[in-house]
Amino acid sequence: MSIAAVYPTTWRRPPLFGSLARQRIAIAAAVGYLVWSVSDLNVDYARILAGFPRAIDIFVKMFPPDFARWQLLTNGMIESVQMALAATLVGVVLSIPIALAAARNLAPRPLYLAARGLIVGGRTLHEIIIAIFFVKLFGFGPVAGLLTLAFASAIFLGKMLAEDIENVRVGPVEAVRATGAGFGQTVVYSIVPQVLSRAVGVIIYRLDANVRHSTVIGIVGAGGIGQTLSASFSRYDYDFAAAILLSIVALVALGEWFSDWVRRKLR
Amino acid sequence: MPAPDTAPDGASARTLLSIEGLTKVYPTGQRALEGVDFTVERAEIVAVIGSSGAGKSTLIRCINRLVEPTSGRIRLGDTDLSALSRRELRAARRRIGMIFQEFNLVERLTVMENLLSGRLGSVGFFASLARRFPPQDVSNAYALLERVGLAGYENTRADALSGGQRQRVGIARALMQNPDLLLVDEPTASLDPKTARQIMRLIRELATERHRPALVNIHDVALAQTFADRVIGLKAGRVAFDGPPAALTAETLTEIYGAEDWSQTIRAADDEA
Amino acid sequence: MTAAALEKRYPDVWRRRSRREVVIAWLWTAAIAFAAAWSVSALDIEWAFFADAHEQALDLVERMWPPRWSYLPVIVRPLIETIHIATLGTAIALVFSIPLAFLAARNTTLNGFTWAIGRALLVASRSVNTVIWGLLFVAIFGPGAVAGVCAVAARSVGFLAKLVAEAIEEADAGQIEAITATGAGTAQVYVFGILPQVMPVLIGTTVYRWDINVRESSVLGFVGAGGIGLHLYASINQFAWQQVLVVLLAILVIVLLSEALSAYIRGRIS
Repeated sequence: MSIAAVYPTTWRRPPLFGSLARQRIAIAAAVGYLVWSVSDLNVDYARILAGFPRAIDIFVKMFPPDFARWQLLTNGMIESVQMALAATLVGVVLSIPIALAAARNLAPRPLYLAARGLIVGGRTLHEIIIAIFFVKLFGFGPVAGLLTLAFASAIFLGKMLAEDIENVRVGPVEAVRATGAGFGQTVVYSIVPQVLSRAVGVIIYRLDANVRHSTVIGIVGAGGIGQTLSASFSRYDYDFAAAILLSIVALVALGEWFSDWVRRKLR
Repeated sequence: MPAPDTAPDGASARTLLSIEGLTKVYPTGQRALEGVDFTVERAEIVAVIGSSGAGKSTLIRCINRLVEPTSGRIRLGDTDLSALSRRELRAARRRIGMIFQEFNLVERLTVMENLLSGRLGSVGFFASLARRFPPQDVSNAYALLERVGLAGYENTRADALSGGQRQRVGIARALMQNPDLLLVDEPTASLDPKTARQIMRLIRELATERHRPALVNIHDVALAQTFADRVIGLKAGRVAFDGPPAALTAETLTEIYGAEDWSQTIRAADDEA
Repeated sequence: MTAAALEKRYPDVWRRRSRREVVIAWLWTAAIAFAAAWSVSALDIEWAFFADAHEQALDLVERMWPPRWSYLPVIVRPLIETIHIATLGTAIALVFSIPLAFLAARNTTLNGFTWAIGRALLVASRSVNTVIWGLLFVAIFGPGAVAGVCAVAARSVGFLAKLVAEAIEEADAGQIEAITATGAGTAQVYVFGILPQVMPVLIGTTVYRWDINVRESSVLGFVGAGGIGLHLYASINQFAWQQVLVVLLAILVIVLLSEALSAYIRGRIS
């Protein structure tokens, strides 16, 4: 009679980071961080508890949303859309010199470094910070908003365009040059087609992003619906605020749907 | 583990699996099965052959209702599978082990977790989340791993295995359920000829060891003839042949496969163990 | 071959676009030009401003130099708080995004109605900017980091859940089928058959969002939701430009560091 082999009756998953010790350390570090951060934040638990009934109170006040001041609302929305549109166009125009300066295969080194530095700096700054600066320079209102978004768009589009220029395939360019074409013709026939395919999609994407951002920068006075929203919150006009929020959601969702549709058609 | 009411010599006390008038019409109008009838009364290997589109895959999936039959009755032992509620169906599925053509292992999990997933139906949600399975299940898993020739692979990620190894894990997973019936859907279609024979041999050995019937979809006629006790031929959703492999003549095969050249299904088996 | 037949086979004029396409292209150009004109004209721009704009800008830059490093110790704690807000907010969003993703994925949601709710929650979360969420939560919880954490979480939940839901919809059906065939419960099928497949997307997206959230958290202080934003806003309003530069540089550093960390981790995952 054969003796039945004895098999283990427990099994554990092999630890995630190589050894069990490292996994324990990782988990302890994560838990430790959570505990530390929460305590470091000076959370006033009494205020959090008080927050829940206040949240309910606010939500009750928000319904039904008050569309009575719809003219104010629509004006703000239109202003936001106009800012976004204009800023995208201006941004496209401004992005070209930035891109040319930031393309390693085109620009001389110091110019390239300066342009890349500008791009890094511009990208890290949140558009609200940029908005504050433009408000300080040009006063309250949509002009500051337009410039903010145009600046941000130019930086973003410039970076994309610079990457496309750097990735351009040399073969077709050489081939067109070899036929004896001039510089302008070479650009139009060999570089622009390569770059254009992604360019339109990126521009539409940026337009959609600008619509989103245009709703926010009003909070610091740069025009658009953000200003109306901020005012309504500070006046405790929660039902009007709800109306504005719903409109923002609708606008942004619409913009995104439109952007997806266009980019799908382009493919 | 108790064997079903079957004496080792094959005499049956009750029907293990019974299919009555099984029909499946897809919403597109495609009639995949047209009144399939057969019973399995002993623990045998039943190979289901037929050209592509004959309904083999639909038949297998109707039995555990991964595909809902349009009409007909499916009985597993005493249980009428076609009449079960969702909850009862889940309980019934635990009695049916399924092996897939594409192996269908959870790629990012280890071999052991894939084996244990065969027991998910018997373990609570939170226990399974914590990977806490009963000791008996774990030791069965180790035993099965050794039996299919993969001892030591329990901590290997499934996507690090070869095709043949993955199918072995798939077989072991199905057997972890200690099922009353094995449903096997084209187990060798994604494997090379040599591995295919090894896998078919393994399935046959394991089913026989445990006195369990197995319904095996197979496209390769030669494999069916070598490893099955009984062959059912499907043609256009109907049973066109039901008998021992020896009775498969060239005429019957041509009838089953119709225009398709069934000799093409026999891949050059480079012979061996 | 006759001259006419030759002309038909080898026409003298080649057009890249058919007449119809040309008309459509012109219509688009006209539409864009119109939109441009409308938007710029309606904005009531004082062109006089731009005359000395570059002078003003240069003046501003001069006033920022040199940076007032003595301000740095003041903002160290707010900087750390900014990172806390970003991290905690992302972590909370991660927890909630998993059930929301299953709700919003066609193959795992209960019925059309629950799917619509899931999608609606996604859209609401993603359409409202973090800062606006901040406004709302400051109204609820009062000024402070709690409002900031909630704002970050509220915005990120939709971002994460949308991408994970897409991954769930594209999950390999075979693996799901196999787990279903063993008689496992629905929750178990999700946890064992689907979740392992979408893990890489989930983790990668979370790290990516965390990096974006560090940037967003730096301005939440403008609406009173904690972090470095408050000090930046105050410094600007006081025209303390040299302090402003210090804060901007500090923000630059933490954003760049978080981007680098995020890129590193995401590289290790794939």
